[in-house]
Amino acid sequence: MTNTYRYLPDTEQDQKEMLEFLNVSTIEDLFADIPSGIRLKGELDIPEADPEPVLIKKLNKLSARNLNANEYSTFLGAGTYDHYIPSVVDHMISRSEFYTAYTPYQPEISQGELQGLYEFQTMVCELTGMDVANSSMYDGFTSLAEAASLAAASKRRSKVLVSRGVHPESRSILNTVAKGQGYAVEEVSLDVDITDLEQLKSQIDKDTAAVIVQYPNFFGSIEDLAEINAYAKEHGALFIVSANPLALALLQSPGKLGADMVVGDMQPLGIPMAFGGPHCGYFSVSKKFMRKIPGRIVGETNDDQGNRGFVLTLQAREQHIRRDKATSNICSNQALNALASSISMSALGKQGIRQMAQQNFEKADYMANLLQGKGFTVLNKSAFFNEFVVELPFPVKEVNKRLLESGFIGGYDLGETYGNDKQMLIAVTEQRTKEEIDKFAEILEAVVNG
Amino acid sequence: MVEYNDLIFEISRPGRSGYSLPKSDVESVDLQGKLPKHLIRDENEAAELPEVSELQLVRHYTALSNKNHGIDNGFYPLGSCTMKYNPKINEDIARLPGFSRIHPYQSPETAQGALELLYNLQEELAVITGMDAISLQPSAGAQGEWTGLMMVKAYHEKNGENRKKVLVPDSAHGTNPASASVAGFETTTIPSDKDGLVDLEALKQLVNSDTAALMLTNPNTLGLFETEIEEIAQVVHEAGGLLYYDGANANAILGKTTPGAMGFDIVHLNLHKTFTTPHGGGGPGAGPVGVKANLIPYLPVPRIEKDGEDYVLNSDYPLSIGRVKGYHGNFGILVRAYTYIRTMGPEGLRQVSEGAVLHANYLRKKLEEHFDSPYTQLCKHEFVLSGSRQKKLGVRTLDMAKRLLDFGYHPPTIYFPLNVEEGLMIEPTETESKETMDAFAEAMIQIAKEVEEDPEMVLNAPHTTIVGRLDEVQAARKPVVRYTKEKDAEREKETVKA
Repeated sequence: MTNTYRYLPDTEQDQKEMLEFLNVSTIEDLFADIPSGIRLKGELDIPEADPEPVLIKKLNKLSARNLNANEYSTFLGAGTYDHYIPSVVDHMISRSEFYTAYTPYQPEISQGELQGLYEFQTMVCELTGMDVANSSMYDGFTSLAEAASLAAASKRRSKVLVSRGVHPESRSILNTVAKGQGYAVEEVSLDVDITDLEQLKSQIDKDTAAVIVQYPNFFGSIEDLAEINAYAKEHGALFIVSANPLALALLQSPGKLGADMVVGDMQPLGIPMAFGGPHCGYFSVSKKFMRKIPGRIVGETNDDQGNRGFVLTLQAREQHIRRDKATSNICSNQALNALASSISMSALGKQGIRQMAQQNFEKADYMANLLQGKGFTVLNKSAFFNEFVVELPFPVKEVNKRLLESGFIGGYDLGETYGNDKQMLIAVTEQRTKEEIDKFAEILEAVVNG
Repeated sequence: MVEYNDLIFEISRPGRSGYSLPKSDVESVDLQGKLPKHLIRDENEAAELPEVSELQLVRHYTALSNKNHGIDNGFYPLGSCTMKYNPKINEDIARLPGFSRIHPYQSPETAQGALELLYNLQEELAVITGMDAISLQPSAGAQGEWTGLMMVKAYHEKNGENRKKVLVPDSAHGTNPASASVAGFETTTIPSDKDGLVDLEALKQLVNSDTAALMLTNPNTLGLFETEIEEIAQVVHEAGGLLYYDGANANAILGKTTPGAMGFDIVHLNLHKTFTTPHGGGGPGAGPVGVKANLIPYLPVPRIEKDGEDYVLNSDYPLSIGRVKGYHGNFGILVRAYTYIRTMGPEGLRQVSEGAVLHANYLRKKLEEHFDSPYTQLCKHEFVLSGSRQKKLGVRTLDMAKRLLDFGYHPPTIYFPLNVEEGLMIEPTETESKETMDAFAEAMIQIAKEVEEDPEMVLNAPHTTIVGRLDEVQAARKPVVRYTKEKDAEREKETVKA
């Protein structure tokens, strides 16, 4: 043996005994069923293995080539945010009984996971004001697309209306998904920073299965859900809201304002940014869609002794039973990240989440005022949560380069997705101190004044 | 051990907390006046999140973890899921701040390390699968399947064809037909022959000018290698269809053959199976897709490319099916898979499949006289037994699975694939020792004996778990899918009465 691999336990003696038991002389004999014409000649043409200490060094080096939010103060949001994650979160999800398990197919030895997900579902319902939530989805964007598909299928209508205030990547995924499912996606334009209700009125009709908005929307502005819901319901369409769960600590729940489905991403609550994933989609609905919701759902029940226990339930909806008749092809979820956000929400608790949300709101408000005081134009005409858009005299790209030199990761460039490369979407979370905000504003001012 | 059965909501007390935030250092602002009143959530409408101290929180989740079986606890031969060891270094690397604390919209110049890792992973997965290009975007196998099928659709449309049918073997995973349907195709089922393989003659009858693609797992879900794969590929290609490889079983073929060599045009891999990223209790996973050169234009965007010495994102592909997942896919999972591939290298990956196949054949031979074995040829990384012999004695496969829990094992996958009666699908993986497999085989053999001599022991199993068999019918009929205070109060009343 020229090399040993620490994940492979077989000794030469083990191999010999197993091969003898099988009456074959070499392992190669066990691959005799692969036709010779398709067999690889020689080893895979990839680099040789690295011993553990060497690999750790190499990968540390690679990671050090990325500017990270520990070292740079970041004002970048646009759907993924730098928030406080209590240390307890990572410790708990690092319990390997959680992370090395799979989908709880055997409830008797998976009660921990099942209960954890049941608690997650409850917390999602609490925040969204909905009756039922599943145990998570890939991410907020795919969750929104699944909601649109569910709406189109259950209303048997041919189009959905989506506000341009919905995250551009979310709309882009929705377009990909809709193409497969055969329904149309029409975008509703904006009145500056929020959904243009006049446009919505002119586009909504009897073919509209759903109206989809984001809350707060991509620019941080808070849409009036009650008003939009009224238009949707007037035309028999469903109302789908994609919501930031942290903002829901302070904002009236979409459920209370008439939403039929509320989706989004739990990333702001306990999940690292991690270059965009894995995050954790959530999916919640009113009771009438309970048996149509995609993904895994955990329900409470009893065992044969009458003890409380938890199981995966309502499985008749799912692909492994329904196959090509299933409402969705989803099999896995993001259970571990759902657990992370549950732990984070439990650490914050009823008061903490409001305090954290309040700080986001206040700090963004403070920064917007500060910039306005320095002569910048803030685009948002509606109230905003922790993000807002500021007009710059120069392209965002150039400004961000200057900010980077001073240790700041600047805001999101609206050029590529909304066509104005001088508009910057700035996110201010509770992680940003007044000092950082002041400094950032100062540099911005200096850049502008040349 | 003290028994603990509380929900986090039940240990909550008003006023407790488990967090620490600095005081706000900016002027306090009230939402009132900024927003219409109906959009503000008053304090009395606050979400009822639990209120617990940090230690209570730790005890709660530690107690929950103690009620869970993972690979680190013991053998987990769940067929088709490849429950192999999840290396610890992978976890450490994924948590480095330079990987976990970076934002997806940072300018590429500030994330060159992350992009280089992704690029290298693409390159290595392309070699491993025999494909020409890889997209790392899809977040799981099912999403990979759907992504692949959307490319199939775009490809045929570009050629001016509107092919409607996707062929799927009867033994296929449920996601195959579901993904086909979500991508807007109709599914045609291909029967298996007596050896558990695709019935080539039946396939020839079913393939025609309406065939968009054939989806196949090879080795198939019975753990058997489709020996006629070259002919199958030829039949589908001659009719103008494409071949889709479901990589769920790639653990059997690393360094031995590739889907590319077999004639497949599109592949997805489950990094949480073959490439050791943890299953996480149901996810997150990752399901990259690979394609042959003629399908590259249809891959999801943005694509990660190398331009001179720089790693860049390129969305300039007008024929692309578009975006399928936010940002750059499940990056944290991709980091883990890359770490694993770098740990094993070419020789190590080959030994992985050799070990997986050796173990499956060994364990099968140990068990095959005690259970019905519908297919007797060589198996690859997993095998399927049938509990039909035991069923005749009044004990079903489900009962035997529950009895295994008493021995501390996670049972195999049961009742799948659908074409095997009372199926037990066993995948030991290469990371288990011979001693573990021997002990598992002994437990299985003892259960088979109990079925004959003491069936009640099996029928009433499990005997040692913290809960007994759970009433799934009640759960589905009267669904309780969230906690409410009202329900809790009801329960307390009942307990008092009792």
